[in-house]
Amino acid sequence: MRTLTDTWTMAKRSLRHTTRSMDTIITVVLMPIALMLLFVYVFGGALGAQTSVDYIDFLTPGVVIMTVISGISYAAFRLAMDMQKGIISRFRTMPVKPSSVLSGQAMSSTVSNALSCLLVVIVALLIGFRPVPDAGAWLLAAGLVLLFILATTWLAMFFGLLARTVEGAGAFSYILFLLIFISPSFVPTDSMAPWLQSFAENQPLTPIVDTIRSLLTDGAPGPRFWVAVAWAVGILVVCYTLALVAYRRSDPPQAVA
Amino acid sequence: MDETYAIEVTHLAKGYKEVPVLVDVSFTVRRGTVFALLGANGSGKTTTINILTTLIKADGGTATVGGFDVTTEPARVREVISVTGQSSAVDYILTARENLVLMGELRHVADPQGVAAALLDKFDLEDAADRRLLTFSGGMRRRLDIAMSLVGEAPIVFFDEPTTGLDPHSRNDMWETIRELAGKGTTIFLTTQYLEEADRLADQIAILHGGRVVAGGTPAELKTMVPSGLVELDFAEDNDLAAAQTALTNGHELSRVDSKLVVASDGSVADMADMFIRLNNAGLEPTRFIAKEPTLDDVFFKILGEDKEETHANSH
Repeated sequence: MRTLTDTWTMAKRSLRHTTRSMDTIITVVLMPIALMLLFVYVFGGALGAQTSVDYIDFLTPGVVIMTVISGISYAAFRLAMDMQKGIISRFRTMPVKPSSVLSGQAMSSTVSNALSCLLVVIVALLIGFRPVPDAGAWLLAAGLVLLFILATTWLAMFFGLLARTVEGAGAFSYILFLLIFISPSFVPTDSMAPWLQSFAENQPLTPIVDTIRSLLTDGAPGPRFWVAVAWAVGILVVCYTLALVAYRRSDPPQAVA
Repeated sequence: MDETYAIEVTHLAKGYKEVPVLVDVSFTVRRGTVFALLGANGSGKTTTINILTTLIKADGGTATVGGFDVTTEPARVREVISVTGQSSAVDYILTARENLVLMGELRHVADPQGVAAALLDKFDLEDAADRRLLTFSGGMRRRLDIAMSLVGEAPIVFFDEPTTGLDPHSRNDMWETIRELAGKGTTIFLTTQYLEEADRLADQIAILHGGRVVAGGTPAELKTMVPSGLVELDFAEDNDLAAAQTALTNGHELSRVDSKLVVASDGSVADMADMFIRLNNAGLEPTRFIAKEPTLDDVFFKILGEDKEETHANSH
């Protein structure tokens, strides 16, 4: 009970941070939206010939994933900042469970990233995105996106806790951005170089993007639904564990006086 | 739980990357007293605090805080302590009030808002209570930092160099806060590099040097380690001063400073009596005399000096 109350207290703190740095949130949403417009209106004519559905319908799930990847860096940045300012050390000397401190941050990150995704989907709908009219499929897709946000948030927090500087906290996201491009987010994998195809087919983002797209364009979860869920849950469990270890072992600022 | 000691440290050791910071540190802090760990920069004061407050693990030795072992029962230790570190550990995006309420909620006090309001008033932060900390001066942040440590009234409070970087006025306020806490029966552990601060606040002092506690005791006990209390004598005429010098020269260490005669003394009644008897026998009466207490500075430099000689001797 106490753990839950503390988690909520920490979540309220993080949500205040988020609402007080709206510029950060807007920046987070602007980049995927700009890329979406670029892909639809500049590359879409050429790329759309490769896809079996309308290009905007093909693209939107990938843009949602990209929104998450750019949004979770904020959680890493906030934790690195908290470490540097010494407030994490203060929490660590208080009767507050490590899981409460980190879960609070994870909750607020999940909420704000979900809102960012919603905003991106609204823009997609405005420019012609037309998912199948199936509320059940939408809910399942939304659930998978939430699970993906939660898992990658913990990944981000782990890297935030490891970072030596606030500036270095977001460096991990470059790898994730690369993974987005080498996945069927913007173009089908069978149009890639053969040696890259097998990597693209088997990296974790691929079944997740494919499943979300399948739910929204076919109304069915597709063949790799459970693979997608397994990847997300696996990332979540591993990163949750690693983040807690990193939190407990984090050095107080200026440990050597 | 041992009722006598709030903190017990035995043979504590800690190194960073093969460089020893604490070699063998032992001391005890009685419940309800103020304890000062005195040492120069880099002597390991913060490392000691970090171990006692469960932030880092020791390489060797044991430490209990509030009767709980810091290594095996860190969660229990955290229930009874509160810490003010060297740099202000505050949330810059929140307001002063929100920072205090956050602490109140995490410590599960009955009325977080009420506690926050009382502390804002006490630390003179009411006017700035609802402003974000980004706009605060360093001194205001420090005051808030300390106020945050007082939320929940932990029975054992740690202060790591509480007055470093404070102006004299804020320093006095800080001392007042510590005395007030001590008056309520709180056990206080503080580190300082200022001898005056330890002298004024602490019931017990331990001097940390070279990774060891090289001396410990009450401020008065530490001062008795230095035999050279000084007595300054003024005489009406230079002739008298010269005569006094002759009368005292066997058995007392003398020096002339300006027109005064300075006599070294071990502070004992016998030593003082001997001095006055000799002056009386010689028919001399000083116009004025001042006995000077040895200061902790004298203690500190004497210990460091001896330590250097010892190290020097050992290396041969």
